[in-house]
Amino acid sequence: MSGSKDINIKLRIWRQKGPGTKGGLVSYDVPGVSTDSSFLEMLDLVNERLMEKGDEPIAIDHDCREGICGACSLVINGVPHGPRAATTTCQLHMRSFHEGQTITVEPWMAKAFPVIKDLIVDRSAYDRIIAAGGFVSVNTGVGVDANAIPVPKENAELAMDAAACIGCGACAAACPNASAMLFVGAKVSHLGLLPQGQPERQERVLKMVEQMDAEGFGGCTNMGECEAACPKEIKLEVIARMNRDYIGAKVTKRPKGADKGGGA
Amino acid sequence: MSAIQSTAERPVFGSITLKAVMALTGIVLYGFVFVHMVGNIQLYQGPEKINGYAAFLKSVPPLLWGTRITLLAAVLLHALAAFTLWRRNLAARPVGYAHQSFQAAGITSRTMYWTGPVIALFVIYHLLHFTLGSAHSQFSHTDVYTNVVVGFSNVWVSGFYVLAMLALGFHLFHGGFSLFQTLGLRTPKYEKPIKLVLAVLCTVIVVVNVSFPIAVLAGLVK
Repeated sequence: MSGSKDINIKLRIWRQKGPGTKGGLVSYDVPGVSTDSSFLEMLDLVNERLMEKGDEPIAIDHDCREGICGACSLVINGVPHGPRAATTTCQLHMRSFHEGQTITVEPWMAKAFPVIKDLIVDRSAYDRIIAAGGFVSVNTGVGVDANAIPVPKENAELAMDAAACIGCGACAAACPNASAMLFVGAKVSHLGLLPQGQPERQERVLKMVEQMDAEGFGGCTNMGECEAACPKEIKLEVIARMNRDYIGAKVTKRPKGADKGGGA
Repeated sequence: MSAIQSTAERPVFGSITLKAVMALTGIVLYGFVFVHMVGNIQLYQGPEKINGYAAFLKSVPPLLWGTRITLLAAVLLHALAAFTLWRRNLAARPVGYAHQSFQAAGITSRTMYWTGPVIALFVIYHLLHFTLGSAHSQFSHTDVYTNVVVGFSNVWVSGFYVLAMLALGFHLFHGGFSLFQTLGLRTPKYEKPIKLVLAVLCTVIVVVNVSFPIAVLAGLVK
C-alpha cells in the first residue's frame, strides 16, 4: 500500500476495573502508529507497550477481525465503530485519522449492556431477546429439498438484508435512548418475511419486544442514529415492520380459550 | 425455558404500545391544530365574522364539551405516554458518553423533549389568555376580535406566541413523520411524499399562526 506512514496520536480511553465500579477516561500518548494498521492493531500496540511497562492492558472485545462476527464494539469519537460508514471497528484503519489527532474511545453505554471491564460490555441481553423468540422451530430429520417452499424474490432479498445484522449492539450504543429496536426489528423482519417464519410470527414479535423492554433498553424516537451507525446498513424500515407486526399481533391475537371457530 | 431467560420485570405497558398511544393521540391533536388554524383565518375578515364563528362553536354545548373532553384526554394521554417513555429512556443510559457525535438526528428530532413541554406551557397560557380570560387585561366572552387585538398588542405576549408556534412546527414535523413510522405505515413507496406533505403542512401552520400576532403588532388588524 503506497502512502503508508507513521502518525502520532493521543488516546482518551475509558478504563473501568470491573462491573459496577466507577470508570473514567485515561489519556495515552501513542507515537509511531502505522496508518496501515487497523484500529484494533493500534490498540494491540498500545497494550504491548503497557505490558512492557508492567501496566494492566486495556480490555477490548474482538474475535474474527474481518467484520462479520460482531464482537468488536468501540465508540470512537462519539460514533459506534468509528467514522467510516458500514465498517466495523476491526475493519477501520488508522489512515482514517490524522497526525496529532486526539481519539476518544468508550464502551457501548447502556444499562442493558453493563461494562465487564474497560471497553468490554456484557451483551447477553441481545442473546436473551433472541432466546425469547428470534428463531424458527423445525423438526429434525431429513433436510427439506431446496426450493420446496416458494419464496418471492423480493422477500428473499429483504430477509437477507435484515439477516445481515451481526448483533454487535452498535444500534443501541448509538441511540440517544439506548434503544435496541433496530436489532429487534432486523430479527423480526428477517424471520417474518420468510414462509418458515410464519407459524411463530405473532408469538415471536410479542415475546422479543417484551424481552427487549424487560432488559431495560429505551424506546425509539426515530432519530436515525442507529441506522447511521450500523456496520451492516440495516434500515429503519425494519423498525416500521416490527411496529406493524407488533401492533397487528397485539390487536388480532386471539385470547387463550377463545372460540376456535367451526370445523368437524 | 432455558436458564438464558431473564427474570427482569417487564413493564405493564410495552414501549411500542406507549408509542402507538402517542401516535394515535397525535393524529387527534394534529387535526385540532389544523382546524383551529383554518378557523382563525377569519380574523382577517373582520370582527363580525370571527365573533360569529366563536358563537357558532359554542352554540351546541354537548358538541363543544365533547370536543373539549376528547382533546383534553388526547393531550393527557400523549403527555403521560411521553413522560413514561422519557423516564425509561433516561434510565436506559445511566452513564453517558464523554463524546457523542450525531450523524443522522436533525434538530426537530433532537428537540422533541423541549418542544413538547413548551407547547404544553403555551396551551395552558393560551387557555388562560383567550378562553378563560384570567390572563387577559380586558377579556370579553363574546368579543373574540377585540380580545385578540388587545392581547397581541403586548410585544412580550406576541413574542411568546411566535416562539411557541416555531416549537409547534418542529414538533409536528418530527411527530408527523414518527407517527407513520410507529404505526408501521412508513414504507419506501410513501416516504418522500409523506416528508414533503409534512414539511408543507408544518410551514403553513407556523406561518399562518405567526401571522396573527404580527398582523396586530404591525397595525394591520386593529
